[in-house]
Amino acid sequence: MRSFENDLNLEATELRLGLPGSSHKRPLSDHEARQDGGEEGRKTASSPKAQIVGWPPVRSYRKNSLQHKKADHEAASGIYVKVSMDGAPYLRKIDLKVYKGYPELLRALENMFKFTAGEYSEREGYKGSDYAPAYEDKDGDLMLVGDVPWEMFIASCMKLRIMKGSEAIGLGCGLQM
Amino acid sequence: MDPKRAKQSPDSAEAIRLSPFPDEALDRILALLDSHKDRSSASLVSKAWYHAERWSRSCVFIGNCYSVSPEILVHRFPNIRRVILKGKPRFSDFNLVPQNWGADIHSWLLVFADHYPFLEELRLKRMTVSDQSLEFLALKFHNFKSLSLLSCDGFSTDGLAAIATHCRNLTELDIQENGIDDISGKWLNCFPDNFTSLEVLNFASLTSEVNFDSLERLVARCNSLKILKVNQSITLDQLQRLLVRAPRLMELGSGSFLQDLTPQQYTDLETAFRGCRNLQTLSGLSEASSLYLPALYPACANLTFLNLSYAALQSEELAKLLAHCPLLRRLWVLDTVEDKGLEAVGQNCSLLEELRVFPEHPFDQEIDHGVTESGFLAVSYGCRKLSYVLYFCGQMTNAAVATIVQNCPDFTHFRLCIMNPGQPDYLTNEPMDEAFGAVVKNCPKLQRLAVSGLLTDLTFEYIGTYAKNLETLSVAFAGSSDWGMQCVLEGCPKLRKLEIRDCPFGNKALLSGLEKYESMRSLWMSACKVTMNGCKLLAREMPRLNVEVMEDEESNEGQAYKVYVYRSVAGPRRDAPPFVLTL
Repeated sequence: MRSFENDLNLEATELRLGLPGSSHKRPLSDHEARQDGGEEGRKTASSPKAQIVGWPPVRSYRKNSLQHKKADHEAASGIYVKVSMDGAPYLRKIDLKVYKGYPELLRALENMFKFTAGEYSEREGYKGSDYAPAYEDKDGDLMLVGDVPWEMFIASCMKLRIMKGSEAIGLGCGLQM
Repeated sequence: MDPKRAKQSPDSAEAIRLSPFPDEALDRILALLDSHKDRSSASLVSKAWYHAERWSRSCVFIGNCYSVSPEILVHRFPNIRRVILKGKPRFSDFNLVPQNWGADIHSWLLVFADHYPFLEELRLKRMTVSDQSLEFLALKFHNFKSLSLLSCDGFSTDGLAAIATHCRNLTELDIQENGIDDISGKWLNCFPDNFTSLEVLNFASLTSEVNFDSLERLVARCNSLKILKVNQSITLDQLQRLLVRAPRLMELGSGSFLQDLTPQQYTDLETAFRGCRNLQTLSGLSEASSLYLPALYPACANLTFLNLSYAALQSEELAKLLAHCPLLRRLWVLDTVEDKGLEAVGQNCSLLEELRVFPEHPFDQEIDHGVTESGFLAVSYGCRKLSYVLYFCGQMTNAAVATIVQNCPDFTHFRLCIMNPGQPDYLTNEPMDEAFGAVVKNCPKLQRLAVSGLLTDLTFEYIGTYAKNLETLSVAFAGSSDWGMQCVLEGCPKLRKLEIRDCPFGNKALLSGLEKYESMRSLWMSACKVTMNGCKLLAREMPRLNVEVMEDEESNEGQAYKVYVYRSVAGPRRDAPPFVLTL
């Protein structure tokens, strides 16, 4: 018993959370999807699609536990990464979320480790300095700080390393180790 | 012969003549029977066997607590030591059953206190358990050893404190996924200093922090501890200290797997895991990341069950982990692993029998993450022994399911949840009838089926025609008419549990199962087209069924919005709340 046409019927493939029968001609229980009347109390739908009680069938415990995790992560914030500098006796830790972009980050690193990073350009990396700020990304590769958009950087940066000397110059020229 | 028994079997002389075995031999043989089904069958052979069986039975399983009363139970089985009880209908897990519905353990405990003073074990699922009940249990049953509470509600950590304080011989405390009041972790401190018998401790689902010192000392002195599942308040370095004290663990549930470890701490953790040679089950791992997962690789060689359903792993992390788990038979994951992660499952886990994929964001309106039909397909190509699947996905096709069940014909449990209700095959726009048709045609051993997606009556025709071993069927937002439900009721001889929500099945369908319901455990129908009159008719025709209708503000005039029908030898419930009408 189908009500789908044979030709391209985009509406039929549209994902929707309404009950079957609300837009297709099928005999069904004639009630609309409703908000949870249980623990959460009656809420007016702020989003256009209402949530169906008890669907998908995920146990309350699991549902609550995942929601807590989500909330915890949002509340905890902070992307803490270790920062090492070649030759320094111990590492530091910084919170990447605190900075709005590369200039701020570099200034903070320069202050922390007492060095100057030099002028960044895509072609030549950090010019005019013995140091090059690098980071290890999710794949384990050593990358030059500044090449990718900031959002992508903070999402993939696992730890920072301020390289010094000849190694740094090699990196500055765009060669990867 | 036991004089009590002589009184109760008046035709014992005849029994002796007919039965070639002396009673003592019969007793010894029947005492060896474990399976409930076998014992049931044995009890039907003759009166002698019935009595021999009831006297020798020590463990009883009651799938619906209202199907029998505690009084009837103790009268038939005088020597029970272990009781397994299930209470509320399964849809109560999804908030479809109001609070205070019932299934309270207390009335059972009162009767047990008089008749089973040596009760050792209680395993409850979907029952209401109060702190008073837990305290009563702890105080009245001096031999009590083993408590397992799954998906129960009504108690708090204070009740657990009573158990810890008073149960001197406790071997098992297993608290899973309950709706409880988690007041504090102090209950753990209540185990006495000379208490050493614990073998199983599972408090993974509790959130409040426990005193680590207490826990460490407890683990150190309980030399028989085999199963330890801690909660998220336990950190990685604390876990390391526990593992060092309990290297013979067979099942481990870790706490939070996110922590800043020094290199030394990491090495210590890895060493501790290396020392766990007996580990078969691993769970927990919340917030686990690629940073510390490698620490547990050395412990994975003998793993048969890996529960990652609370660890939001990405595909690469899963792939790397699975490479170390060659013997895996059961795997639970979150759909954060995506299809790519499931490809890794197919590549690494040739012995896999069970896969469950849970949704990380079940209530997201836009389902653009998670898994699709490709992930399931990939698993089916690599894991030919797959027999149990629970799969939450955003899209599916008939063709994919057909291929999957051709690859894996041994399915006993097939639970597919396409998360958008009534969604068709996303490639062809057709209903998903052929998918489930393929499942029932190709999998003759199928015992449990959950269907989803856009489905017409054809799905149910297929089920009724082919699913001859089907025992449990879950249906939601499916079907076109009464005919669908009729097909199932008339076609599936072994059907025991049928749960239906939001389907166009009405009185005709309901009443077509008149003869059937007495051979089933229960029927649940909610938001269907059944009316009060239909239910009253059913109740009138079948007096040995309890036909219960739950009042609901959503129901229209005359509509029976939530219907729960079950067979019972105990008659109508005496503890029904006002919103449950027994017809």
